[in-house]
Amino acid sequence: MTELTANTAVMRTYKEYGRPLWQRILFTREAAVYGALILVIIVASATVRNFATPITLNYLLLDITPILLIALPMTLVIITGEIDLSVASIVGLSSVTLGTLHQGGLPIEAAGLAALVVGAIAGAINGFLITVVGLPSLAVTIGTLALYRGLAVGLLGTTAVTQYTEFWKDLAKSKIGGTTIPSVMILFVILALVFAILLHFTAFGRGVFAIGLSPEAARFSGISVERTKFILFVLSGVVSALAGIYYTLRFGSARGDNATGLELSVIAAVLLGGVSIFGGRGALHGVIAGVLLIGTLGSALRLASITSDVINIITGTLLVASVVSTSVLAWVRRKRIRPGGKKPGSAADTKG
Amino acid sequence: MTNLTLDRETFGTRVLHGVGGFLRARETGILLALILVIVITTAKNPNFLFSNDGFRDLLLTPSLVMLLAVGQAVVIITRNVDLSVGSTLGLTAYMTGRVFIDFPGIPIIVVFLVGILFGALLGLVNGALIAFAKVPALVITLGTLYAYRGINVLWTGSDRINASDLPKDFLALGTARIGPIPVLTIIALIVLIAAGWYLRNQRGGRELYAIGSDPAAANLYGLKVTRRVLVAFVVSGSLAGLAGVLYAARYGTINSQAGSGWELDAVGAAVIGGVAIFGGSGSVWGAAIGAYLLLTINRALPILGVQDFWQRAVVGVLIIGAIVLDRVLALRTTKKLAEARDNHND
Repeated sequence: MTELTANTAVMRTYKEYGRPLWQRILFTREAAVYGALILVIIVASATVRNFATPITLNYLLLDITPILLIALPMTLVIITGEIDLSVASIVGLSSVTLGTLHQGGLPIEAAGLAALVVGAIAGAINGFLITVVGLPSLAVTIGTLALYRGLAVGLLGTTAVTQYTEFWKDLAKSKIGGTTIPSVMILFVILALVFAILLHFTAFGRGVFAIGLSPEAARFSGISVERTKFILFVLSGVVSALAGIYYTLRFGSARGDNATGLELSVIAAVLLGGVSIFGGRGALHGVIAGVLLIGTLGSALRLASITSDVINIITGTLLVASVVSTSVLAWVRRKRIRPGGKKPGSAADTKG
Repeated sequence: MTNLTLDRETFGTRVLHGVGGFLRARETGILLALILVIVITTAKNPNFLFSNDGFRDLLLTPSLVMLLAVGQAVVIITRNVDLSVGSTLGLTAYMTGRVFIDFPGIPIIVVFLVGILFGALLGLVNGALIAFAKVPALVITLGTLYAYRGINVLWTGSDRINASDLPKDFLALGTARIGPIPVLTIIALIVLIAAGWYLRNQRGGRELYAIGSDPAAANLYGLKVTRRVLVAFVVSGSLAGLAGVLYAARYGTINSQAGSGWELDAVGAAVIGGVAIFGGSGSVWGAAIGAYLLLTINRALPILGVQDFWQRAVVGVLIIGAIVLDRVLALRTTKKLAEARDNHND
């Protein structure tokens, strides 16, 4: 039995208060991601022509905004030990809702609101199936990934809605004052602050971590596990819908297949940012650094005219390396703590 | 068609005999749904089943996804998941084309072996990372889904393999038939029967179920969890490799996006077929019928007057319906068992 408990401990990294403060701050997953991000920026600025220009920053931020936005609720969802694979399909559904309603004569503001409501409903359906019916989130969101994408593609077919008021289209691409930072970043910073406070400084957020570490223990300490998860899936739906509205206005086109495959980039970035797929561990600032790392790397490689395919290899390898490194580090640490200790057992409870 | 269904059903009942009424009911249910779809569509348009091409497509189109679904079922039964199968298929399909171009006159059987071995190698990478580093399969295979596809695009570039690059004998294999049944379907069926038999009758197969039901208990019991999980991924990879070679034979044209998105079909087919996503239950038979149901519905929709844009939505509804159904059935079984226990105690 001790073997088993030792094993579960491997899966999760706890803060080690036995080490000095500076080690606890510097030797973390988040710090490693920051380090990698700074390294990439320095190397790219030195070697890639045109990388260190304001226009690069502008496009980089415009490109990764949907990922940044969706990564916020996804972080909370994964910390509770669940997963939401349907986010990119909700982006598509919200984009199509906005497009069709606007085409039907509704002003953009009302159509956008309707798209947000659709996102909330889509999230609530996920949440209902997972918390009330009690189904595994992986299976449910694989199903709704197909369902929501199917609805989006079914509603618009191969057509695209491209008529939008210039004001809104320009707003999506506009910059703050004289800088090159897109104004959509204001929206992101506000949302990031809200989510950071929610996760790290409220009782609700502590509940999120507690559920990820042990749903049973969380229930016994008075946390409403079902309600918390339901709220998170609705939030995930609403923010994905918001990303869908941004996506539509930025490219001035509502299509059923908008943002296909985006869920992979979001999950890759969240896990890269130090959130444990087993739940119970992670920090929002690490995730934001993770998204920036993937985005910067991609943008630098594109400017160095390396095809976008290498970026896929790098994203995949980074994702694998980031999770494997956690296991390897834990293994090394255990070896050091118990030199010549018994070989740990191998419970392959490997499902996310 | 009736011939084949009967064959499969009698075989299915024989293999499943003794597994229990519940499991049998689950697979019979999907089989009935499949037959229902075929009957309704044929009533609307007889060519769907009775024309020469219609009958061939009915059997041929789902064969490749069926191979992936069988591999996926083996992996899911151990409480893992393999999302990289679509990329493995694409990479192997392109490699098959390259082998034919770079080594003219190479025997077809050797190409098949190379494809299967290459797929097994890609599966081994997944399995080794998952089994030894104890990292969740979802994350690792999500990573290799990207990485394998990236390698594929890097290798292929804007190039593509055309039917004219491939030997005629090999292409003929894609449409050839023995009797009324396409060769590709026969290959897929042989794999299915072998996998079904192994999982049902062999110690290794039963251990996969034990590992999926409770990994910790399986470990305490002394089962070789690491090795079995590794083997499950190698099997999934080699079946994806085989499907890649067959893809090349079936379609002739291979670009860098071959098989992209197929992993969702494979997982969907397994889930629809009653393979529980948390491992330990289900069968490859169910997964195979699930694959047939999925792709047959896709082909039936346009005939039934539904625009084919709605296909994915139907697939989504099917997947969700299947897992809700499984949940309801599982709850009912638990209740029955509890009642039986109470009666026994009285």
